[in-house]
Amino acid sequence: MDTTTTHEEQQPIQLHTIISGAADRLAGSVFILPAVLALLFLSLFPLIASLYVSLAKFDIAPGGFKLTFVGFRNYQKLFTGSEGTHFLGKFAPSTFLTWLVFGAVVIALAVFWARYLSSGKVSLGGVIGRVLLAFGLGSLTWMLVHTLWNGGRLGTASITLVYVFVGIFFQYILGLSLAMLTVQRLPGRRFFRVIFLLPMMITPVGVAYMFRMLTDTSKGPFTPIWQVLGLINFSWVNNAWGARTAILIGDIWQWTPFMFIVLVAALESQPVEPVEAATVDGANSWQIFRYITWPAILPVSMTLVLIRLIEAFKIVDLPNVMTNGGPGTATQSLTYHAYINWRALNIGGSAAVAYMLLILVTFFSMIFVNLIRQRTVETL
Amino acid sequence: MNSKQKLIKLLSLIIIFGVLITACGAPATQPPAATEAPATEAAATEAPATEAPAATEAPATEAPGKMFDGVTIDILTFVGPQVAEPLQRRGPDFTALTGAKVNIITVPNSELYQKILTDATSGTNAYDGYLFAPAWIVDFAPAGLIEDLTPYVQKDTALEWDDVAPFFRDFNSYGGKVYSIPLDGDMHMVYYRIDSLQEAGLEPPKTWDDYLAVAKALNGKDLNGDGEPDYGSCISKAPAQQSYWWIWSIAAPYIQSQGSSQGPFFNTKDMTPLVNNDGFKRALEVYKETGLYGPPDETNQGVGDTRGLFMAGRCALTMDWGDIGTLAIDKENSKVIDKTGAIENPGSTEVLDWDTGKLVPCDATTCPYAVDGVNHAPFASFGGWAGAVNAAVEQKQKDAAYAFFSYMAQPAQSNADVTVGTTGYNPFRISQFTNKQAWLDAGFSQAAADSYLGGIEASLNSPNMAADLRIPKNHEYIQVELDRILSEYIAGDLTTDEAAQQLYDSWETITEEAGRDAQLTFYKGTLGQK
Repeated sequence: MDTTTTHEEQQPIQLHTIISGAADRLAGSVFILPAVLALLFLSLFPLIASLYVSLAKFDIAPGGFKLTFVGFRNYQKLFTGSEGTHFLGKFAPSTFLTWLVFGAVVIALAVFWARYLSSGKVSLGGVIGRVLLAFGLGSLTWMLVHTLWNGGRLGTASITLVYVFVGIFFQYILGLSLAMLTVQRLPGRRFFRVIFLLPMMITPVGVAYMFRMLTDTSKGPFTPIWQVLGLINFSWVNNAWGARTAILIGDIWQWTPFMFIVLVAALESQPVEPVEAATVDGANSWQIFRYITWPAILPVSMTLVLIRLIEAFKIVDLPNVMTNGGPGTATQSLTYHAYINWRALNIGGSAAVAYMLLILVTFFSMIFVNLIRQRTVETL
Repeated sequence: MNSKQKLIKLLSLIIIFGVLITACGAPATQPPAATEAPATEAAATEAPATEAPAATEAPATEAPGKMFDGVTIDILTFVGPQVAEPLQRRGPDFTALTGAKVNIITVPNSELYQKILTDATSGTNAYDGYLFAPAWIVDFAPAGLIEDLTPYVQKDTALEWDDVAPFFRDFNSYGGKVYSIPLDGDMHMVYYRIDSLQEAGLEPPKTWDDYLAVAKALNGKDLNGDGEPDYGSCISKAPAQQSYWWIWSIAAPYIQSQGSSQGPFFNTKDMTPLVNNDGFKRALEVYKETGLYGPPDETNQGVGDTRGLFMAGRCALTMDWGDIGTLAIDKENSKVIDKTGAIENPGSTEVLDWDTGKLVPCDATTCPYAVDGVNHAPFASFGGWAGAVNAAVEQKQKDAAYAFFSYMAQPAQSNADVTVGTTGYNPFRISQFTNKQAWLDAGFSQAAADSYLGGIEASLNSPNMAADLRIPKNHEYIQVELDRILSEYIAGDLTTDEAAQQLYDSWETITEEAGRDAQLTFYKGTLGQK
């Protein structure tokens, strides 16, 4: 009797306990669920949706539009189809120089592999990563050496790489030089720090219009100088490399201040004691920079270059406004390529180009991140 | 945690789930656009269309109870100053007459097509009307994105539809229905410096070979008296601008010789592109060669740049729409007042044999419409800016948008606008050619008016006029693929043969994807063929 009564009394208590226990366990997850869903919606969903779009064909249909799945057709067009020369470029026949450069890269990759295999730290992940690295760098080298000279023509992928690496190289060198200059105790250095920062404040479209005007030899403000130099009938944009150079100058002008301001901060946060000690020991300026300043600013520099690397791959404003992507397609970046497809409502083609850009950015970012990690470990 | 806190937590969870479920379910309670469409279409046929234009005739003082009081219409078009300027200028007048407020939203020309379609296909419908290229009707009308304006036009006496030149009435229609109202009539012509040619003892060019000869002869001469050498020819060549139209003006007389219904773009037997042949290749060579006698940065110039150069007296020849004629009389900005002659586009003494792909000399059979042995095929490039109404907006918005386009196109406004260069509007009404007084009042001399209007009229009345491409995906054929390949050719990245072959291949790809038979039917339909 007693037993039965106790069992009946315990049942509601157990149910209540189970519910409240479950609520207790789930509460944390459920409360953060909206935020997680929002984050997924904002980051992962567009990625997946655009991946599907890159595998589809967009068509106008009664009442709206329809997406038809076409598999890898948009990607096939980029590599072997009608957009092949636009994306990869026009491949010239191989020459001795082509093989020489490509061979050098292959040897470098082989040495890299040999060092890895002999290090005794071989792992599955490491092998996969290095296979991808070797394949990626090998393919990009093959593309570049066949499109850069000897009658070849750069595609939007190669042009983007030129913008990224040449642009960042000069931005870093100039930014570091200006930063070194303004950390010296020179009169007016505060004023110049502000002045050097100004280009970064201007909208890229404004910069593009300004450089379009500056490079105009017949109507621009430098016309008298061009006249004196006998270049009045010269146009930057009639030549592929002239146009690319004009865009690179604009890009370098705009983004050097970013390098500059961060490097100023890095240089100023550097402890003075080692420098003073080195000076007392008789080290010259170059030795102080090479053995004290450079290692101190290296981590910041690597991060800085990584940020610019990711950003620079997306260049579109300058070629769009300055040259309309011309002459021909000589100044079109990958983003511009995607934009052209999007403008024509070739949404699938546009998404495919954007995905190739994503792969390229991820590839170089991963290499760089690994490089930073390796350097950091070495420093520590 | 006590039981009260647990209860609060439980209730919170229930509320969160409730909110999530409600939020997820919310869109389903909104009526889909598709269900609204038939209702608005039905209403469209009952719309008091005659009231809209009538409102434009009402006195401006009639403040209370105006037809479109409280209505605001958003019109999308290409960035000004041309084309958008008259809409912006006359918008307040229209508001005073009808009560409807007009917002003009502008985007770059190269983005207009995409902007309209994105807005309409995504169901955003932020715009009530579009001032666009009527060639795009074939993309928009079958999808039901733009309103059939036939019932409006039929009841709109103020529009004087019969006064619109037949070509433009047809070009703004699809499947026998009117889908856009022309505010502009477009026809390419060649303009030349009367004084410079006379001084050099040269005649206005009749063929494209003549054009090159004149351009070469006058290139480097000082044409405006400033002591600086000027240019023989100014035809813009920048990518994503107007190159894809200029090339067809040059190519048309080489390819089309059997009348307007023949068409210069595709072979009407099998829809193969007419670009990988000697006629189109010759056009490519001519277009590229004009650059030898032009400004150094012509490859980066749009039509605005070349117009500016012609107005400054720096070009002996140029090709353009009708705009040069009206800009040339601008007392403030033009140095070529009464020095500008206009002629229909040059032609060719050789035309394409469609079977062999080779050029053959003109004779009575190969060139039945030739004049003095020269086959002309003036190109009605672009077709003129035209106003269309979004089919998915509310009836009142549609009525107001139509009324605004009608107001702009009516002779009272249009006859003045087409005589002003900065509007970007060119004549499209029959009366605008016959009544020259408006042109004289605008500042044309009799000779300039005769030359200008004569040039357009000759083109418009030509039995061998070539109309712009009006089939689905025409934007992709022309403004994407042709533009890219042409700019690569001009830049020297492609040889003539490579450019022709690449264009052929890319057009074939588009045709295959869109459906060859369907495209062929569309194309023949636009040419009046069965």
